[in-house]
Amino acid sequence: MQLVLEKRAERSAYIAVASPLIAIALTLITMSILFAILGKNPVMALYVYFVEPLTDLFTLQEIVVKATPLVMIAIGLSLCYIANVWNIGAEGQFLFGAVCGSWLAVVTNGTDAGPWVLPAMLVMGAIGGAAYAMIPALCKVRFGASEILVSLMLVYVADLIMDYLVRGPWRDPQGMNFPTTAAFDPVATVPTLVEGSRLHAGAIVALIVVMLAAVMLGRTIKGFEIRVVGAAPRAARFAGFNSKQLVLFTFAVSGALAGLAGIIEVAGPVGLLQPGISPGYGFTAIIVAFLGRLNPVGILVAGLFLALTFIGGEGAQISMKIPLDLTKVFQGILLFYVLACDSLILYRIRFIRTFRAPVQGAA
Amino acid sequence: MLDPVSAKEASARAPLLQAIGITKLYGNFPANDAVSLDLYAGEIHALLGENGAGKSTLVKIIYGLIQPTEGELRWKGERIVLAGPSDARAHGIGMVFQHFSLFDNLTVAENVALGLDGKEGFAAMSARLAQVSRDYGLPLDPKREVWRLSVGERQRIEIVRMLMQNPQLLILDEPTAVLTPQEADQLFVVLERLKIEGRAILYISHKLDEVKRLCDTATILRGGKKVATCNPRAETASSLARMMVGADIGIVKAATTRATTVPRLAVQNLSLSPDDPHGVYLKDITFEVKGGEILGIAGVAGNGQDELFAALSGEQLTSDGAVVIEGAAAGHLSVTARRRLGAAFVPEERLGHGTAPRMKLSENALLTGHAASHMVHYGFVDRPATLATVDRTTTAFDVRKAKRDPEAVSLSGGNLQKFIVGREILREPGVLVVSQPTWGVDAGAAAVIRQALLDLSGRGTAVLVISQDLDELAEIADRIAVMFHGRLSETMSAREATREKLGLLMGGASAAATEPEAAHAIGA
Repeated sequence: MQLVLEKRAERSAYIAVASPLIAIALTLITMSILFAILGKNPVMALYVYFVEPLTDLFTLQEIVVKATPLVMIAIGLSLCYIANVWNIGAEGQFLFGAVCGSWLAVVTNGTDAGPWVLPAMLVMGAIGGAAYAMIPALCKVRFGASEILVSLMLVYVADLIMDYLVRGPWRDPQGMNFPTTAAFDPVATVPTLVEGSRLHAGAIVALIVVMLAAVMLGRTIKGFEIRVVGAAPRAARFAGFNSKQLVLFTFAVSGALAGLAGIIEVAGPVGLLQPGISPGYGFTAIIVAFLGRLNPVGILVAGLFLALTFIGGEGAQISMKIPLDLTKVFQGILLFYVLACDSLILYRIRFIRTFRAPVQGAA
Repeated sequence: MLDPVSAKEASARAPLLQAIGITKLYGNFPANDAVSLDLYAGEIHALLGENGAGKSTLVKIIYGLIQPTEGELRWKGERIVLAGPSDARAHGIGMVFQHFSLFDNLTVAENVALGLDGKEGFAAMSARLAQVSRDYGLPLDPKREVWRLSVGERQRIEIVRMLMQNPQLLILDEPTAVLTPQEADQLFVVLERLKIEGRAILYISHKLDEVKRLCDTATILRGGKKVATCNPRAETASSLARMMVGADIGIVKAATTRATTVPRLAVQNLSLSPDDPHGVYLKDITFEVKGGEILGIAGVAGNGQDELFAALSGEQLTSDGAVVIEGAAAGHLSVTARRRLGAAFVPEERLGHGTAPRMKLSENALLTGHAASHMVHYGFVDRPATLATVDRTTTAFDVRKAKRDPEAVSLSGGNLQKFIVGREILREPGVLVVSQPTWGVDAGAAAVIRQALLDLSGRGTAVLVISQDLDELAEIADRIAVMFHGRLSETMSAREATREKLGLLMGGASAAATEPEAAHAIGA
């Protein structure tokens, strides 16, 4: 009996859809085992994680709030990954965008600046994220540096820059020495969609981003260029596409989206700049991008699903005393299974029964 | 070394190796379907067939690289199961592949040592290497690094490495594909000698004249099945071809209206250093192609043809005046800009260069069509237009495929090549540069492609064909030049380009030295 991975003649469209679902199923099974080892009732734990948040209007809104940055960042990352460009530093671009946009909120704080402040902040957030993403992109194009390492390490730099600012120059003088800026003025705050809830206009922005990405990837020559450079670099060069320019383009777009997500998060649900504005959105978005099959609509669904794990994890910590770190374990296992199941799109598993005749006359 | 007399007696008795009812299934597709084959000592046995006929699969089974789904091998009458190539070598089976497995940065001796079992010391091995290469007239310097050697010399390493294991059965996969005619003649002398020594040789080829000249027996495969085993000397080239292809091959006819007009593609003093450290420097290349003519560039692979193609297509930029397309200096222009000037390009490598393998044909139409074929409006792709190109190419070039718009990788080599060539020809380019247009393509598709190139030049296009296949160039080219070590010879008319003359140029002789005898023109 032999287990063989056999190449398919064409990629399987059926498995392409089923693969994330298989991955989720395998993850749930693995998580159940983990819960059991921790001495918790797996059925109960899975219910608290994945069903309970869906039964309550408040947590449903929270899922959308959490999914908003995840989806926006993951859309940008998916463009990179399709083009075989590995931006791992979206977390840093998210933070740097938040810092750049917040600058305007800090300097206009307490003045009677008009309603132009918020749009200007959003633009600055996007530009800041894009500029920060240009560092690894230029290092790659110019010097051949690994964009994976450079973008990843810049995450910690951005984190420290933000830390310095909120503890130093930007600290709220009336803030009793807490490391935060002053709460943003209303003109520097993203409006909420429903009175009294945390659901904000950023969700609409995320939806627009999803639609624009779908149109670009499916219908435009730029989207085609991104796909060809990733799928067949030599053919892309033959087609006249410049892969170096594309590295800059995809990093700029994903950096801008991460930065935009950062400033929206700060100017929306948080309302001021402080450490810990991100529970690792930039990293979780990598999982969202792959779970969503690098497809804009898939990413929208995957973003909501991973937001559910954040909310469910908080619920499980409160009601079942399950450590919050288990959410990260869950996300890691999920990415592992997603990538493993993806190989089934191009390969099929076959069990082969081998008959081996006894070797005779071997010299 | 074997004793010739006893070997002959052995061959009279029984086959050295028998393959009986070999079937190999890939999924449900039979690459080999109940193929049987008897190989005798002291005999050169040809394995003939088109690309995809199952030749490689069969020899890989005999060499232990893959296991048959059904059937068995018998070595000297006894059933054997080969777990791998080392098992095959232990029995006395050796093989030289079409693609060499040599490390460029190592010396000849080091490469040979890597292929042996390592029981003898390096010095002793080196001495034996020198001895074997001298004995068989295959001169090699054991201390030279492989990257300094020509393709013919690299093949010698592989052959000597195989001979040092003293095999009784030698398998050679299309050995002359990379050789000049003169080098091929030297190889035939060696093979004749190995045969007289009483070894069995399995010789894979699709070149019929070679097989008729060299081989005692021929087994012909078609579509994975054995068609016949025959004496090739008793057959004609066309009867062998008919068995290989299963039908008569269309004869390519020159187009009637061919007016040679102004130069549409010109290359002036093109010199270029390669990106790749082992690449070839292009040195002072100058030629022009007029509208309505086909210029052929012959040469052994690896003499700068890839670099020349890249310089012409714009994948590699040059000084501005070095490449002139339709009168415009194009050396600094991108691939896209050159296409907009009316040039079209067909690279050698179908999958991964000419097409993105895992993309649909319509997307692969867009790959080169986006530059100049009204497939893109304001940045948006006109999908019906890309599909229409697929349909037109399919009809005009008889591209066979399972559905309307499959992935490129699912097409057979010949059909994909027809699509790639058709995609460019339907744009009616003013200049077409095509590299190895029929490499690894079945005879039917090759005839269609050559005819299309002739017709295109008949409509006034300047066509440049880079090819290793001298027969192909004889069939379609008006003028021929030879590339050697990054230099291009003088161009000569196809009529004066004899096989001998081209062969000497391919081996590096200067044009002046090749003048005297012009025995038979290759077109004859």
